[in-house]
Amino acid sequence: MRTTEKPLSTDERPVLARFPRPARLAGYALLLGFALLYALPFLVQLSTSFKTDPEAASHPLSLLPQAPTTAVFDKLSGSGEAGSVPFMRWLGNSTLVTVVVTLGRVLFDSAAGYALARLRFRGRVVLTAFLIAVMAVPPVVLLIPKFLVLNTLGIFDSYTGMIVPLLFDAAGIFIMKQFFESIPREVEEAARIDGAGVGRIFWYVVLPMSRPALITVTLLSFQGSWNEFTHFLVSTQSSDYETLTTGLARFVSGGLGQGTQYPLKLGAALLSTIPVAVLFFCFQRHFIRGANAGSVKE
Amino acid sequence: MWGWLFVSPMVVGLGLFMALPILMAAWVSLLNWDGQSNPFTPDADFVGLDNYRSLLAEEGLAQSLLATSLRNNVYYVLLTVPIQTALALTLAITVNQRMLRGRSMLRTTFYFPSVTSSIAVATVFLFLFQGSGAVNRMLSWIGIKGPNWFQDSRGVLWVLLDAVGIVDGRPDGALGEHRLMGLPWVEWLAGPSVAMCTLILLAVWTTSGTFMLIFLAALQNIPRELEEAAALDGAGRRHVLRHVYLPALRPVLFLVTTLGLIATWQVFDQVYVMGQGDPANSTLTPAFLSYSYGFDNAEFGQGAAISFILLGIVLVMTGIQRFLLRERGVRGQLRRRLATATARQPAADEGKEAHRAHN
Repeated sequence: MRTTEKPLSTDERPVLARFPRPARLAGYALLLGFALLYALPFLVQLSTSFKTDPEAASHPLSLLPQAPTTAVFDKLSGSGEAGSVPFMRWLGNSTLVTVVVTLGRVLFDSAAGYALARLRFRGRVVLTAFLIAVMAVPPVVLLIPKFLVLNTLGIFDSYTGMIVPLLFDAAGIFIMKQFFESIPREVEEAARIDGAGVGRIFWYVVLPMSRPALITVTLLSFQGSWNEFTHFLVSTQSSDYETLTTGLARFVSGGLGQGTQYPLKLGAALLSTIPVAVLFFCFQRHFIRGANAGSVKE
Repeated sequence: MWGWLFVSPMVVGLGLFMALPILMAAWVSLLNWDGQSNPFTPDADFVGLDNYRSLLAEEGLAQSLLATSLRNNVYYVLLTVPIQTALALTLAITVNQRMLRGRSMLRTTFYFPSVTSSIAVATVFLFLFQGSGAVNRMLSWIGIKGPNWFQDSRGVLWVLLDAVGIVDGRPDGALGEHRLMGLPWVEWLAGPSVAMCTLILLAVWTTSGTFMLIFLAALQNIPRELEEAAALDGAGRRHVLRHVYLPALRPVLFLVTTLGLIATWQVFDQVYVMGQGDPANSTLTPAFLSYSYGFDNAEFGQGAAISFILLGIVLVMTGIQRFLLRERGVRGQLRRRLATATARQPAADEGKEAHRAHN
C-alpha cells in the first residue's frame, strides 16, 4: 500500500490528523489538571505526615510543611513518647500474614491450575464449574458466614484463622490455568518420554517456564492480602491480631477524645501504602495484566 | 490420581471457607442467635423466616434500616457506575492516542489509586473532605462554600432544589406521609446524602483506573486497518469514535458496567472508615448493616438474613452480566474476535501484549 516514505514506524504513525495547536494545548492542560486530581491526594498525604496537628488543621492544602517534623514517624516506630498506636505490631502482623498467604497461594494456585489445565481426571469439569460459581459469590456476603465457620472450627481470633481461609483463591487458580493452557504440550511430552512423572514434570519443567504468570499471581496475592480488610475484621477480635488495615481502620473510625491526630493517621496510612506502591512501580506491567485478568470470568 | 492430589487443597479450602459458610449462614439466618452458644445443636432458638419477615414485611426498625440502606446503596450505584464507566472510557481513549506525550506516566497516575489499600485512601479522603479541609479550601477559591461533608445527611436532590428555590428545606405533605417499606417517600427520593457523595467520589477515584486499563486493552485490540480504512474514507475523529471505537468496545462496556454494578453493591470498607452509617444512617449500606447487626448488636440471625438478601441482589446483577455477555458471541465477526481477544488471558500472548501495553 502506502510504502513511499516512513518517518515513523507503521505502528507509531497516527491514523487521524493531529488536533490544531490551540486545541492540543488546551487538551494537555485539561489532562494535566486531571492527572493532578489523581495525584494530589497522595501529595497532600505525604506533606501532612510531616506537619504538626495545628498546622495540618490550619493549612490542610499546603504541600510544603512550614516546620517539617518527623514526630509522626518517631511515634509510629515506637521511639517517641509512649504512643497509643501499636504500629509496629500492625506492621508485623500484616507482614507475617502477607508472606505466608502469598507463598501458599502461589503453590496452591499453580498446582490446582495445572491440574485443571492439563491433567485428565474424573470430576475436572465439575470442579471448573464449582470454581466459577465460587468466584461469583460476593465476598462481603460472607462476613457473618465466615465468622460462623471460624468460630465452629475454633480458629477465631488466631493467626490460623487469619491465614488459612485466604490461601484459597479462585481467581489466581484461573490465571495459572489459563497460562498453562498456553504452553505448548510438546515440552511436557518430551519430558514424559524421558521417563519423568507428573510431579517431576510439574516441578522441574512446567513451573520454571511459568515465571511471568507466577510473578503476576505473587504480586496479586501480595497486594490482595496486604490490603485485605474484611476478612481480618471478622476473623479477629483482640488487638494482638490487628493488621495495618484493621488497626488503622479502628484507629481512624473510633479516634475520639484524642483530637483529630490527622498527621499521625495519614502517616500510618502512608507507611502502609509504601510496600504495595514500591512493588507497583517496579512491576507495573504485571499489575496491568492482573487488572485485565481480574475481569475475566470465562 | 495426580489430578486429585493437585486440586485437593483447593477443593478442601474453597469448600470449607466458601461453600460451608454459606450453608451455615443459611441455617443461622433462621435462628435467633447471639453468637455465644453453639447454633448447631437442637437447643438453638429456631424462628423460621421471622428474620426475613421483620426485614421485608413488618413495620419496624429492622425494616426501615434495611430500606434506608437499600436507598443509600441504590443511589450510590446509580451515580458511581455511570460516572466511573464514562470517565474510564474517556481516559482510555485519551491515553490510547499514539501522539500523546507522557502516555505511560498518565496511565500510571490514573491507575495508582486502584492498587492502594481502601482503608488508607479512605483515611486520606476523610482528611481532604473535613469541614475546613483541603477540598473546601479549593472550593472557596472559586467562591463556593463547601458543605460540612461528613456531618451532612441532607439528600442532594433537596439541597439542589432548595438552592434554586423550588422547595424550601425539603418537601413535606403527601411525600412525607406515604411510606414504602417503612420509609417516607421524601426519604426515598432525596438522592444520596452529601456525606454519601464523598464515598461516591472515592469510588470513582479508585476504580476508574482499573476500568481504564480494561478499556485500553480492548482499544489496543482494534485492528489498525479498521482505523486506517475509516481515515482513508475521510472519517473525522467523532466519526471514528462513533463507528469504529464504540461498536468495538461494546462487549467491554457491558463487562465494565456489570463489574461496576456487582462491586458497588458490596461497598463496605469505605463505609466502615468514613462514617459507619453516620450521619443519620445516610451512609448505611446493606453490607455494613449486616455486619453491624452481627458484630455490634450480636443479632447474627438478623445479620445473616441481610447477607442473603444482599446475595440475592448481587446474583441478579451477575445473572444480568452473564446474560448480556452471552449475547456478544453470536453477533458480528469483529465483535466475536474482540470478545475472545479480551477474554483470553493477556498472559497467553505475552510478548505482543506486554510490548504494546508498555509503550
